[in-house]
Amino acid sequence: MTYIDAPSTERPPMVARRKWTGARITGLMLMMLWAALALSIVYMLVDGYDPEKVAKYGPRILSGIWVTVKLVAISIVLGALISIPVVIGRLSHNPIIGGIAFGYSYFFRGTPLLAQTFLVYYGAGQFTDALKSVGLWVFFRDAYFCAIFTFSLNTAAYQAEILAGAIRAVPSGQWQAADSLGLRPFTTMFKVILPQALITALRPYGNEVILMIKGSAIASIITVLDLMGQTRYAFSKTYDLQIYIWAAVIYLITVEVLRRLWEMMERRLTRHLKR
Amino acid sequence: MANLMELLSFGDSGWGDELAHGVLVTVTLALATLPLGLLIGFLIAVAKNSSEPLLRNAAHVYTTIFRGLPELLTLFLIYYGGQMAMSALWRLLFGVPFEVNSYLAGMIALALMFSSYASEVFLSAFKGITIGQYEGAYALGLSRFRTMMLIIVPQLVRLALPGLSNLWLILLKDTSLVSVIGLTDLLRNTNIAVGVTKQAFFFFFVACSLYLAMSIISSVGLRRVSAWAERGQGRH
Repeated sequence: MTYIDAPSTERPPMVARRKWTGARITGLMLMMLWAALALSIVYMLVDGYDPEKVAKYGPRILSGIWVTVKLVAISIVLGALISIPVVIGRLSHNPIIGGIAFGYSYFFRGTPLLAQTFLVYYGAGQFTDALKSVGLWVFFRDAYFCAIFTFSLNTAAYQAEILAGAIRAVPSGQWQAADSLGLRPFTTMFKVILPQALITALRPYGNEVILMIKGSAIASIITVLDLMGQTRYAFSKTYDLQIYIWAAVIYLITVEVLRRLWEMMERRLTRHLKR
Repeated sequence: MANLMELLSFGDSGWGDELAHGVLVTVTLALATLPLGLLIGFLIAVAKNSSEPLLRNAAHVYTTIFRGLPELLTLFLIYYGGQMAMSALWRLLFGVPFEVNSYLAGMIALALMFSSYASEVFLSAFKGITIGQYEGAYALGLSRFRTMMLIIVPQLVRLALPGLSNLWLILLKDTSLVSVIGLTDLLRNTNIAVGVTKQAFFFFFVACSLYLAMSIISSVGLRRVSAWAERGQGRH
């Protein structure tokens, strides 16, 4: 037997007045601290607004942003391409190929990006003659290309681990089912396994892009004039801390916007998995 | 080859002792940052886990800022910003300028980054502890503080350990950034050696290998710690 509750005639319970607990007071104080910090930064930026400096360094900062975007975009795409053979190696049953792929990924994930960048940029300078003879010196002479080279190799190692992990996470039943349907291994990989693996890999990929944006600041140390490089240049000329604050705001907004966009994309792409 | 090996010897002619000293600075910096970062990270995670929205939001602002900033930028902000702020304050108070210690600046910047990531690790570990653990502890009459210390934290350590191990390896690599503000860590000393000997590839390769060795040793150690933390979990 089913019946419906008669609508309650009682009034909804009174909203309990929130008490001033220790947590609430602490929270309020911390929020006030953040607000004070935000206000002082805004005040500093408004008060220190100097049309002359903006005219002088504004365009430089803008070009720096463009260099950073290019650096990250090219490195991520190249890294994705390089990661494919590494993934194949990581998933291979051949111990030699697997060992090489593991060694590659372990080296690039186990050493600091800054040290790798130095190794490529300054290390290449030592082999000037050899590089000149094979015509690669034009490439390695330029700090910008060296940064792209290092970042691509670095992110390839991380992307390979992400993809290999995601492929391994696809249940083996999927392979067996595709096998019993008579699909060829190639079709199985591209039509069955990868679409599922890429969904698992989506979030780590997003994190990797964000890590790359943050890591790209390292290029400024080998004289690449990306956002960080232009900021350091402007700071060295003016000793005005505002420039660092501006750079911080730009990086923060970029990362936060990207994170939100990625979250939206993930929600959209996984909507068929929601119950 | 023998020539290159000579460059690594200890003493006046070789750079072995400089590099060893650099390793020492790198390791001590990471070790000094660890407790500070863990403590801040834990407190931030407790704040994020609070039922009080104000406290949660304040904690989220912290993570958003220090996870979003490039590590290098945080370091410069702390180093130069701290320099300017402390100088102004010191001149006001004592009439003399103040020199910011690059070791301290590096430690603070690294702790800020480490703690914002660690807070997320602790937070997800908190989610792995059932509410019954709290209820059981309260039913035994334990205070909130003692519940946290005696019941929750011991379980939290096990759940957070894999994530924290990763963060330790990242921290070890991130210490290389302090070489930019003049701290004589491994990478800085390598740079000096390169400047003198012009053997860039060799020395940076040695530095990379040393970083690799540090992370391998850490991994082995962390596996032991993990085995210790899992000892109550039956067969593993």
